[in-house]
Amino acid sequence: MKNILLIIQREYLTRVRKKSFIVMTILGPVLIGLLYAGIIWAAISSINQKKIEVLDQSGHFRDKFKNSSSYVYEYKTGSLDSLKNNLKKSGADALVYIPANVFNQPGSVKIYSEKGVSLEVQSRIESEIENEIENIKLTEAGITRSTLENAKVKVSAETISLKAGEEKKSSATAASVIGGISAFLIYMAVFIYGAQVMRSITEEKTSRIVEVLISSVKPFQLMIGKIVGVALVGLTQFGLWIILTAAIFTVGGRIVADKVQKAPEALTEMQMSNMPSEAREAVKNQSAVSKAMPDIMGAVSTLPVGTILLCFILYFIGGYLLYSSLFGAVGSAVDSETDTQQFMMPITIPIIASFAIAQIVIRDPYSPLAVWASMIPFTSPIIMMVRIPFGVPAWQIILSVALLIAGFIFTTWLASRIYRVGILMYGKKITWKELGKWLFYKV
Amino acid sequence: MSDNILEVKNVVKNYANHRALDHVSLTVPKGVIYGLLGPNGAGKTSLIRIVNQITGPDEGTVLFDGHPLKENNIYDIGYLPEERGLYKKMKVGEQLLYLARLKGLSKDQAMDKLREWFIKFDIKTWWDKNVEDLSKGMQQKIQFVATVLHQPRLIILDEPFSGFDPINANLIKDEILELKEKGATIIFSTHRMESVEELCDYIGLINKSKKVLEGKKSEIKEQFKPNTFSLDYTGHINGDNTTFDVQKSRINTEGLVSATLEARAGFSSNDILKELVDRVHVISFREDVASMNDVFLKSVKL
Repeated sequence: MKNILLIIQREYLTRVRKKSFIVMTILGPVLIGLLYAGIIWAAISSINQKKIEVLDQSGHFRDKFKNSSSYVYEYKTGSLDSLKNNLKKSGADALVYIPANVFNQPGSVKIYSEKGVSLEVQSRIESEIENEIENIKLTEAGITRSTLENAKVKVSAETISLKAGEEKKSSATAASVIGGISAFLIYMAVFIYGAQVMRSITEEKTSRIVEVLISSVKPFQLMIGKIVGVALVGLTQFGLWIILTAAIFTVGGRIVADKVQKAPEALTEMQMSNMPSEAREAVKNQSAVSKAMPDIMGAVSTLPVGTILLCFILYFIGGYLLYSSLFGAVGSAVDSETDTQQFMMPITIPIIASFAIAQIVIRDPYSPLAVWASMIPFTSPIIMMVRIPFGVPAWQIILSVALLIAGFIFTTWLASRIYRVGILMYGKKITWKELGKWLFYKV
Repeated sequence: MSDNILEVKNVVKNYANHRALDHVSLTVPKGVIYGLLGPNGAGKTSLIRIVNQITGPDEGTVLFDGHPLKENNIYDIGYLPEERGLYKKMKVGEQLLYLARLKGLSKDQAMDKLREWFIKFDIKTWWDKNVEDLSKGMQQKIQFVATVLHQPRLIILDEPFSGFDPINANLIKDEILELKEKGATIIFSTHRMESVEELCDYIGLINKSKKVLEGKKSEIKEQFKPNTFSLDYTGHINGDNTTFDVQKSRINTEGLVSATLEARAGFSSNDILKELVDRVHVISFREDVASMNDVFLKSVKL
């Protein structure tokens, strides 16, 4: 036992102190943070105010366009040609020309600009004009604002009920996101750390240190010590990634939050009240985007977070142990890393397959395929993690974990039989048949 | 307590398609240097692995100090495998500390011992170096230290001198002798007969999975002595000798003759000498001894 602890300690410390480990552990979250910062930065910097000149010859639209944090309208008079020529000098981004006969010919509105007009500007101006024409036409037809408002009330009542449904949906989205992320993390962990176990066993074998070691400790102790040591490295790395990412996002979020929130808030306070209803809807949608983060957080809080975390750790460890012992067996059987290919295939296929099945399970987490795949130890670490955020009966989780434990005890036993023979076997071309024989060797 | 540190009794070890050890029995007395000899593939490594409990015998028993080999006997054994290996990316000091602790030393004990050896070998500056930055000879030294650091009672060295230059080989040889003086027993597996000649007190010879020969080196050499004598003389030997036959004879400068004589059955060196003294002027007379090389070649051929 003391020796296993020593081995775990060595495996852990030598890896954790490696420069590559430190760099990867720190760089990972920083890169993710930078990526998000870049996206947010791009989003913020695109909210620079656009100055738009309006030449309204119909006389109906004066002061009807609403200024916002993104758009400032200036109403001009004079000839279209002179305004066009002065557009660059005046520093405006666009010039909207509304001819006198806009009511009869809605297509005659023109937008001039130096750099071309974004779709957003175009649709915004179009909808503003449409709204205003609609208003005027409604009035002309004798429909009052209040009639319209009444009609809208009905619609918005429907929206509320729809919204309730949406909330449910957003929780399902959060469940898929959380499930997908956990499945992906486990998938990555099995590959990264399983391969580390394999490589390091091959290294010990080829550097021949293994013969010195097994004159001091049992091969099984050496293998388990290595697997556990690397597992701890994995947990440390993932733990640090989560903590660092969270830290970067809170600190970065604080800085960014002010800027992001200011825009819609200003909009809400100043202009919400005197905005046409559809524009109001648009504003709501916009702020919904900036509220997406807290929304997801809110949705996550409806999920069984405790269960998810506990299961993540269980399946992370279980899945890793199951596969890393098999990777270890391969590592012990070969003389160099290049020989591992033929033995890797059967190990990687179930991992890749379960990741593929996960895509189906996300869509229907209660299908028979999902249930079966979350029971079989070779696929359960990934599949069950996809299902758990959607809510899985406790007996299924318990059965699946029990099967997983039985599974890794079996693979560890299998691996240790191969390992004890493999590490002392040099220069032999290993076949599957040979590996099978090793299982029953008496050592 | 027993007089023998190691007794191997009727050990059989089978591998998939051959028998590596076939009823091998060996006895290694305490406090000696024991040469374990044999051609490549004879079964030496299999035997050493059994003693180290890396593998177990299919049949037979191994006694360590009179008791069947137990798991914690590994702390009493130091093993230097023929294929040397260390963690390449690990620092020398840390690595030795780790290996020593796996052999049951506490951290403090290991540090004390390491300090002694680092001073002794004058390698203090190596402590923080990565093993891969050392030359092959330096790595061998480190590995030797790792083998003996925990003061094992039985030290098994497989080809300990390979890879050493003559200076370092001498250094290691002195260390081996010193360890023996301190009471350790050394099993020494090698193909180099000159080092067997020089160091070993006992030898055991394995060939084709079977023990061929075992015993005190001096007795074995006695047993294998060719019963011939080298003689330098002046004068003439006639053909009518009673105690010996002349095998070879060569006349050197100034009438000096070098000859090889073979004793006839029942006659000793004294009898021959008596006969010679009456006939010729004896310059030198020496009984030929068997070299370990001869012993090895003769036994393996049998």
